[in-house]
Amino acid sequence: MQPQIAFQQTDTTDLAVKMALNNLSVYYKDFRAIKDITLPVYEHRVTAIIGPSGCGKSTLLRALNRMNDLIPGARVEGEVLLDGENIYAPGQDVVDIRRRVGMVFQRPNPFPMSVYDNVAFGPRLLGLRKKAVLDEIVERSLRAAALWDHVKDKLGQSGMALSGGQQQRLCIARAIAVEPEVILMDEPTSALDPIATLNIEDLIQTLKENFTIVIVTHNMQQAARISDFTAFLSMDDDRAGYLVEFGPTVDLFTNPKEKLTEDYITGRFG
Amino acid sequence: MPRKVLETELQSLKAQVLRLGDMVKQAMLDAIEALKHRDIEASQRIMDTDQQINALRFDIERAALVVIATQQPLAHDLRLLASILDIAGELERMGDYAKGIAKINILMGDKPLLKPLIDLPRMAEIATTMLEDALQAFVHDDAQTARAIPQRDDEVDALYNQIYRELITFMIQDPKTIDQANYLLWAAHNVERMADRVTNICERTLFTVTGEITELA
Repeated sequence: MQPQIAFQQTDTTDLAVKMALNNLSVYYKDFRAIKDITLPVYEHRVTAIIGPSGCGKSTLLRALNRMNDLIPGARVEGEVLLDGENIYAPGQDVVDIRRRVGMVFQRPNPFPMSVYDNVAFGPRLLGLRKKAVLDEIVERSLRAAALWDHVKDKLGQSGMALSGGQQQRLCIARAIAVEPEVILMDEPTSALDPIATLNIEDLIQTLKENFTIVIVTHNMQQAARISDFTAFLSMDDDRAGYLVEFGPTVDLFTNPKEKLTEDYITGRFG
Repeated sequence: MPRKVLETELQSLKAQVLRLGDMVKQAMLDAIEALKHRDIEASQRIMDTDQQINALRFDIERAALVVIATQQPLAHDLRLLASILDIAGELERMGDYAKGIAKINILMGDKPLLKPLIDLPRMAEIATTMLEDALQAFVHDDAQTARAIPQRDDEVDALYNQIYRELITFMIQDPKTIDQANYLLWAAHNVERMADRVTNICERTLFTVTGEITELA
């Protein structure tokens, strides 16, 4: 029987796949951190990655914009498709991939410069110099990050002087400024107080209209609150992270298919 | 196993649901017994018991909401709590049926029964046993039993139809009995409704166990 009240989308037939992981494994030297992960990332949707500590959530996230390239000894097997193209294929421009797939980290990490320069940093790096264009990008990005009204009169002030929640929104504005298509968020609220956390969660709901979002979170309630799809990762005996279950968040949190998922989300893991 | 607090709360809520079920069962059996012996005082006591049933229902509701608010239950735990909220409501309505029968006995005043009650106590016996079994199945996540219990409703329906035909015959033969026959018909109807609501409890058990809402016949 079809539910009469569809409060969250569970049907994926009309959704475009923005990114696709195909049998993705990531190694750090001999250690396989994640193995054989296959999973779609739907466009304009929030996909949450949950799982116990050490299961490879952040490794998985970092594999989506080749951030792991920066770690010596890291290598990848399988594919990560962005609009159907493998970002690990030879000849891919890593800088361009990282522009298209931006990232926000756990601790707000504004650069030690003004609010304005923080946001203008990426566009300048891409060669933009015109003041009027930069002004417009800075305002648009700060508005999109719901920070404009707080900082419009103090754009010259140091980004480090903002509150924790505002700093994180500044980092989101900085990520948005280069007009990415996908935003990766690695526990973006774990260092924030509850109100700042809810503000960021609200912001994520607005952002998904223009971006595709993948978020790693330790907070299952947060995953339940803000994501449309959830991937649950666990660790095998060899400590390699693998995908236990992926599906619409509403299904995963009310009636998971796998016993392991049920045990984890109900807090009876291990 | 972690989540001791949640586990303890859930067990306690299940125990309260069983207690509420016991109260309802007893109220129904007592109501029929009082009707059978035309014991007005006993019926009055049953009317009073109904307030305790209502109070316990609200206590269960409150406790379940507190668990939801403070323990963030998910999956089976969440379905269990949703079912507890629903079942507490079902039990309260069943309590109302018992109260209704008590009220009928009081309304009948000093008029004697048309005939000794035989089928009606039998109906109540089956319905209350169904209730007891349904609640046991619920607290033990026993989907198989929950699926089978509603079939016993056929017996209740058969007895109800029999009572109905019998009382209609009384009314046709002697219109002076219409008043009395109608009272008994209402009483029988209340028991029949109670058995129907047991099916709802069984549906909740299946939902709790499987996550699927299934309509049981």
